[in-house]
Amino acid sequence: MSDLVNVTRAELAKLARRPAAWVLLAAAIVLSQVFGFLIPYLGYRTGSGGPSTEGQTAQQLLASTLPAQVVTNTAAAFPVFSGALALVLGALVTGSEFTGGTIKTLLTQGPRRGVVLGGQVAALVVATGIGVVALFATCAASSAGIAVAEHQVLDWPSLGAMASGLGSGWLVVTMWAVLGAALGLLLRSVALPIGLGVVWILGIENLISAVAAGSLTALQPLRDVLPGVSSGSLITAVLPAQTASLPPGVRAVVSGERGLFTVVLYAVGSALLMLAVGRRRDVVA
Amino acid sequence: MTTRPVALRVEGLTKRYGANAAVDGVSLTVHRGEVFGFLGPNGAGKTTTLRMLLGLVAPTSGRAEVLGRPPGDPTALRRTGSLIEGPGFYPYLTGRANLRTVARYAGVPADRVDEALASVGLGDRGADRFATYSLGLKQRLGVAAALLKDPELVLLDEPTNGLDPQGMREMRTLVVDLGRQGRTVVLSSHLLAEVQQVCGRVAVIDRGRIVREGTVEELRGEAELEILATPSDTALARLRALPCIEQVRRVDGALLAKAATRHTAEFNRALVEAGVAVTGLRRAERALEDVFFDLTDHETEHDTKEASHV
Repeated sequence: MSDLVNVTRAELAKLARRPAAWVLLAAAIVLSQVFGFLIPYLGYRTGSGGPSTEGQTAQQLLASTLPAQVVTNTAAAFPVFSGALALVLGALVTGSEFTGGTIKTLLTQGPRRGVVLGGQVAALVVATGIGVVALFATCAASSAGIAVAEHQVLDWPSLGAMASGLGSGWLVVTMWAVLGAALGLLLRSVALPIGLGVVWILGIENLISAVAAGSLTALQPLRDVLPGVSSGSLITAVLPAQTASLPPGVRAVVSGERGLFTVVLYAVGSALLMLAVGRRRDVVA
Repeated sequence: MTTRPVALRVEGLTKRYGANAAVDGVSLTVHRGEVFGFLGPNGAGKTTTLRMLLGLVAPTSGRAEVLGRPPGDPTALRRTGSLIEGPGFYPYLTGRANLRTVARYAGVPADRVDEALASVGLGDRGADRFATYSLGLKQRLGVAAALLKDPELVLLDEPTNGLDPQGMREMRTLVVDLGRQGRTVVLSSHLLAEVQQVCGRVAVIDRGRIVREGTVEELRGEAELEILATPSDTALARLRALPCIEQVRRVDGALLAKAATRHTAEFNRALVEAGVAVTGLRRAERALEDVFFDLTDHETEHDTKEASHV
């Protein structure tokens, strides 16, 4: 157990000093600020109907940026955009050990391979948790700022809504991060898992969903077990009533319970796959 | 020596990649406190063997025991320091932060880090990022990481790679010191001078097999006779015709003959009678290098055998 704590601490210390980790967090924050606050707020101020504000009244646009919607604004980006960034983080954590030749250094210090991999996953869980908190804090700050500037009441969601929204969001980004880590370990690379993963999240998932919804309904059972579709369903189920449309990929396709179950299955399954492969395979990097 | 406890025991260790055996039935015993040389050309199987001893690579067959434990066992790994195939560190971390990472993994107190940095002369560069290090500095950091655990057993794979002559000398001194401190050291190298200078016992590996094992003295074998004579072609032909000569070869203009000392005068007479001017005749210690090439250079070995029948 002390080995696992040592490895997790070492991995977190590495992540904290890794510029790429901060770049990813900054990208997630910028994305959520721009799409969650900047664009709706500018739409509200200018009154013009841009492509992402179409069909919404100025009041709806303003309402979508206020504290009451802060959980939605934070967590709605998790299934797709923040998820893709988390996948990149996961692939970086495991894949770069192979490309940088550092895996042999880690595996010759004492802790067993299973413990090393467990520590890396634990560090990812903590790191994504920190990311979720940072995203929530920045979203809360922006919504409070807009509320004050526009003389609106500071009407925050209930603690329960915050806990279920952010908790589910954390679970979703963790799933993507562990999937990325599993791909990084399997492919012993960084670029390939990132490329494949991002194409998957941003392209294939939407493609399968679109096809399953229309021309080829036989694909629906497949669509219903996809990680992106499942996390979108989970997030949709736990968010409070929305005043604005959710980002692409965040839709209730399956029930929230089923989404939760599938997301947990992907996260745990990826971690077990990492153990199964990483414990046996020869390390020649 | 046989009563000394064993640090490392390897029996019939084999690693196959498809039909190709990278390591083929290697058996070795290294005793506690020995500085053991593992000598072979690039690609001979040194690194693969060391990786198997550390549990990084699973052997196809054979057995290995490291400090009384199976390879990769946490108890053994905690007492083993290693530097395998170049240092593996994080470019975005400083030298010190890299060692802290290793120390956390190894469960070693953080105050060992500065000691280890100082021991390899990196005390003043510890705050610089690893990416900014020269090859020599990177290698030194690798050695510092290997020593972090105050290990009983140190496995160093080509530790002088990338070092300048000054750095190589310092590394040799360091390895000798490690041995004096009572640690067991296994040093793999393709540099014979290095092994000759620091190792008590040597195993020569080639194409995955141990071709020779013994003390440096045993490997060098008996001294050779170095003959400077002109014309050297005539001299070479005349010497090869002599029955008391096991082998003769030309190295840098001199002729090196393997033969017992008592025949020295006989050679001289035979050469003079053949009209050859002998300008030098002395016993030369065989450098380990020559032994090494005899053992590993298959082309030359073949040529020499053919030539000796001429």
